[in-house]
Amino acid sequence: MDTDRVAIIGASMTQFGQREAWIRELLAEAALACLEDAGVEPGDLDHCYVSNMSSGEFEGQGGIMNMLAHDIGALGAYTQRVDQTSSSGGAGIYAAWQSIASGASDMTLLVGGEKMTHRTTGESTDIIASITHPEEYKHGVTLPSFAGMTARHYLERFDAPRESLAKVAVKNHRNGVDNPHAQFRTEVDLETVLESPIVADPLRLYDFCPITDGSAALLLCPESVAREHTDDYVVISGVAGATDTHVVHERPDPTVMNGVVESGQAAYEMSGYGPEDIEVAELHDMFTILEFLQMEGLSFAEQGAAWELVAAGVTDRDGDLPINTSGGLKSKGHPLGASGVAQGVEIYEQLLGSAGPRQVDADVGLCCNVGGFGNCVITTIMEVGA
Amino acid sequence: MTDHESTIDHESTTDDERDEPPMEAVRYADGSIGFPRHHRGPNGAKPVDTVDLSERTATVVTWTTSTATPPGVREPNHLAIVEFDLDLEDDDADSTVRALGQLTTGTVESGETVRPVYVPELREPGVGIKLTESQSWDGYRFEPV
Repeated sequence: MDTDRVAIIGASMTQFGQREAWIRELLAEAALACLEDAGVEPGDLDHCYVSNMSSGEFEGQGGIMNMLAHDIGALGAYTQRVDQTSSSGGAGIYAAWQSIASGASDMTLLVGGEKMTHRTTGESTDIIASITHPEEYKHGVTLPSFAGMTARHYLERFDAPRESLAKVAVKNHRNGVDNPHAQFRTEVDLETVLESPIVADPLRLYDFCPITDGSAALLLCPESVAREHTDDYVVISGVAGATDTHVVHERPDPTVMNGVVESGQAAYEMSGYGPEDIEVAELHDMFTILEFLQMEGLSFAEQGAAWELVAAGVTDRDGDLPINTSGGLKSKGHPLGASGVAQGVEIYEQLLGSAGPRQVDADVGLCCNVGGFGNCVITTIMEVGA
Repeated sequence: MTDHESTIDHESTTDDERDEPPMEAVRYADGSIGFPRHHRGPNGAKPVDTVDLSERTATVVTWTTSTATPPGVREPNHLAIVEFDLDLEDDDADSTVRALGQLTTGTVESGETVRPVYVPELREPGVGIKLTESQSWDGYRFEPV
């Protein structure tokens, strides 16, 4: 019976970047745009989820899910804030999917958002690093330093050239040029990436995503309800989450993110699709090295070989498997709780043919949203609705 | 080297000067060994024993120098993941365990041998987001042998 599948009938995202708006306004902006996109009234919402990592730490604002429901006129809806660090957005997709699939809701709004840029880089880095184990935190470990250590190990072990990581940044910045909501809409060349300041040796400034304000939203309902609203919708074919070790050095292989592997396998199994069926993907390129690790964990490439596919142009927009057509976190920006939702927005638009100059030919797409340094991962597979 | 790093480095002590805590890895009932301690091992096994790593040497698995450090952290901050080979006689037990820590120097290579060096304050407590009382701030840096 296909009517119990979970559909997405609306999507939106705000401008990503440095915004004057605080979290309250950012969330409402994306929420109302999403409802308008779908032609659904706020009063029709049964559930309203807000994906957010740290509004309390960044802004001192709690209770943002209830604040949003009141602000958009969705009083009476069940609300819940979803925090899974950087994968809060993906976890929100999972929670919203569960609300529909379980029959608890016939109309669920998911809004992800974060307000970060009013903090200094050091303060933001520290808020994000607070997710690490105390044994790691006291050494001054940051997420970028994990990326530096992992990148060094990857390059040394698989004899990959340093330029291969830079090519991820070049590709994603090139894609971001055509995304009107992206934080950075300028191309960068290899030389610029390779000569940018070192942040966590061997990684440099352009190997990292920026600090970003922004919000994104998706509207979910049963497929039978979707058909009452529109002929153009997307179906969530598979969604799954998994965890890896919280303490990063306890992983047997630093180049394998087991949360990616396990959530990917479960999502593939649930959807009936395999890696060979995926025609467009949004991966969590918070750091360039993460694009390699996710490509390999999701079986798009053999271990140690993802860099060769990137170098060969396979993941370019006109390649066999376009990755991060939105510009990725790298160019589009990474407002923590919004990023996983924004990945879903990009796949939704790609599958419905509404991605404008970024459009690729795809009927099945995948998002992989990574929390911490692979501590928790959500993989979602979507396809065009009937 | 910043003034802050210099201050912390000068606080390093020798065995003769202070009573240093052990660097305790935990052995679980299923033979697995981990650092730091968890309430249960990766397979749910209970901790049954400890192994002090502070007098052993380790091999650098990978390393980085972080130049964008949070408040209270030395800049630059040299970090490494290292692996201790415990050379245990028990065939059923893991023979290696890894740890992450600061390095005493930025001139290190993967595969190099290092030893733990106790430092009473690895970063300045109370400056970052975590409450001073919520965790310990001392520990071991790794120094090339």
